[in-house]
Amino acid sequence: MDWGWVQDHLGEIQSLFFQHAQFTLLALVYGFAIAFPLALAATRWPRLYTPILGLTGILFTIPSIALFMLMMPFTGPTATTCLIALTIYTLLVLVRNTVEGLKGVPREVREAAEAMGYRRFKQLFRVELPIALPVIIAGIRIAVVTTIGLVTITALIGFGGLGALFIDGFRQAFGTPIIVGFALSVLFAVAADLALVGVQRLLTPWARGGDSR
Amino acid sequence: MITFDSVSKRFADGTTAVDSLSLEVPDGEIAVFVGPSGCGKTTTLRMVNRMIEPTDGIIEVDGKNILKEDPAELRRRIGYVIQQIGLFPHRTIRDNIGTVPGLVGWDKKRTRERVEELIEVVGLPEDSGDRYPHELSGGQQQRVGVARALAVDPPIMLMDEPFGAVDPIVRTRLQEEFLRLQQEVQKTIVFVTHDIDEAIKMGDRIALLSQGGRLEQYATPEEMLAAPANEFVADFLGGERGLKQLALISVRDVDARSGPVVTPEDTPARASEVAEDANTDWVVVVDDARHLKGWVSIDELNGQGNVGEGDIHAFSAEVHAGDSLRTALNAMVTSRTGVAARVGEGGVYEGIVTHKLINEELSKPAQHGQD
Ligand SMILES: Nc1ncnc2c1ncn2[C@@H]1O[C@H](COP(=O)(O)OP(=O)(O)O)[C@@H](O)[C@H]1O
Ligand SMILES: [Mg+2]
Repeated sequence: MDWGWVQDHLGEIQSLFFQHAQFTLLALVYGFAIAFPLALAATRWPRLYTPILGLTGILFTIPSIALFMLMMPFTGPTATTCLIALTIYTLLVLVRNTVEGLKGVPREVREAAEAMGYRRFKQLFRVELPIALPVIIAGIRIAVVTTIGLVTITALIGFGGLGALFIDGFRQAFGTPIIVGFALSVLFAVAADLALVGVQRLLTPWARGGDSR
Repeated sequence: MITFDSVSKRFADGTTAVDSLSLEVPDGEIAVFVGPSGCGKTTTLRMVNRMIEPTDGIIEVDGKNILKEDPAELRRRIGYVIQQIGLFPHRTIRDNIGTVPGLVGWDKKRTRERVEELIEVVGLPEDSGDRYPHELSGGQQQRVGVARALAVDPPIMLMDEPFGAVDPIVRTRLQEEFLRLQQEVQKTIVFVTHDIDEAIKMGDRIALLSQGGRLEQYATPEEMLAAPANEFVADFLGGERGLKQLALISVRDVDARSGPVVTPEDTPARASEVAEDANTDWVVVVDDARHLKGWVSIDELNGQGNVGEGDIHAFSAEVHAGDSLRTALNAMVTSRTGVAARVGEGGVYEGIVTHKLINEELSKPAQHGQD
């Protein structure tokens, strides 16, 4: 471990970290923007669920290298290529957890909401989604942690965030950057996960087990 | 008033859940829909707030065809309570109860005041407002369910086996409290149950349905018990029909006999004279202020100076004006005298209820109930 190297490259490490964080965040935002309407559609028309799940599942199983290759002719070795790939990988778990979360809303709760006089849209946003939130957030947590790991691979086409440190290290047969890249991405994943747990506790105070009875 | 006019419901799979049902639920009354499981009670109930649309026929609420109204608006004017309660787990009790006020646009202050009022009305602990549903017992959750349905004071309530999920003791209490509340609020209520005893207890009228949503009889509980329309109704009412009938009649509805009465100062000779007149071998003992002391057996008075020196037995059970004749009958069969002593305020003797009185009552055509 060469601390001198770390000190000399602090600025570079920092900007790689930000790139990593940015990719993760954008992939999640785009992923959710696509997954959410798909999940709503699959909930509204249950017939769509199997094909939607099947499609996102197949996309999920494409090896990342193969996916880059497939996209190269269209988008070239760009950040866009990376983002599209990363976004695609979030879809399966986001769709699945959002649908399962909504399906988990007890039937009597949905019926009570309807009987109270909620209109469909309001019922979805005021009753069903809030109740599905713990499951949806669980999906987001998995997606975030997986994406943070995956971003390192996008270094292969030159946009790796912390993954660039791995490439550097291997190319120079020099361990320090590899260790730094590895440690930072693990720390980032753990921190992001903890932050999401915090968000969930804040948003769903009601879901905290029956402690008073 | 809720009116069903030849209402039918056939589901897509061909099941006829309700078949040409016609009946009226008068304002301020509880109409209980009772019948075996799967006979179409829930389906009928849900057609009233358009959770299910009828295939045929017309349902009117206060003279207006509900199919011409906006379903959401209609539902906000109809309280809805179900066995599974369906509280919103992510909202506090306060916000659960405030659901419909929120939907119809009450301001915060009005909603808040109404919620606090309802928490008291339905008998929830004062501090329940800030809790979440899972923190309450089943009985308390059901009270929240009732409070939520009453929030905007809707004229109509639909209740589907509302007390079905709680234990018998809590159920009895909830039933009684609800009946007391109903006396004040006078809602027009459709109440579904599969339990005939609950139907008899809760209903101003009972609609007895059989498989396929056929209406077998629609009558007051008294009428139904006294004169079941057919075999099916009689079977469903079950055994002990007489006892069930007696449970619906108050002691105050029959004129208690004055009975053989003496005071402690009376002589045994006087007591035996009184007993002889009444054709009994015992007499009721009351003091000067007519407080009931008990009864004495004429045989046991032999050799005593006066009645007060004799062995005065307490009646095993005393009955009050508000008790049912069924309670009186129970008092009668457990007392050596074979009668029930009726007392009023402060233990003042009001008379005796005899087997003969009860017989007469049962043989009258039905006339009690809507009192
Ligand atoms: N959505 C539905 N589709 C098809 N059949 C149904 C549906 N809902 C209820 N049924 C059938 O209609 C009949 C009446 O059901 P329901 O009204 O729930 O009975 P109850 O409440 O008296 O037990 C039953 O045979 C039931 O299986
Ligand atoms: Mg039912």
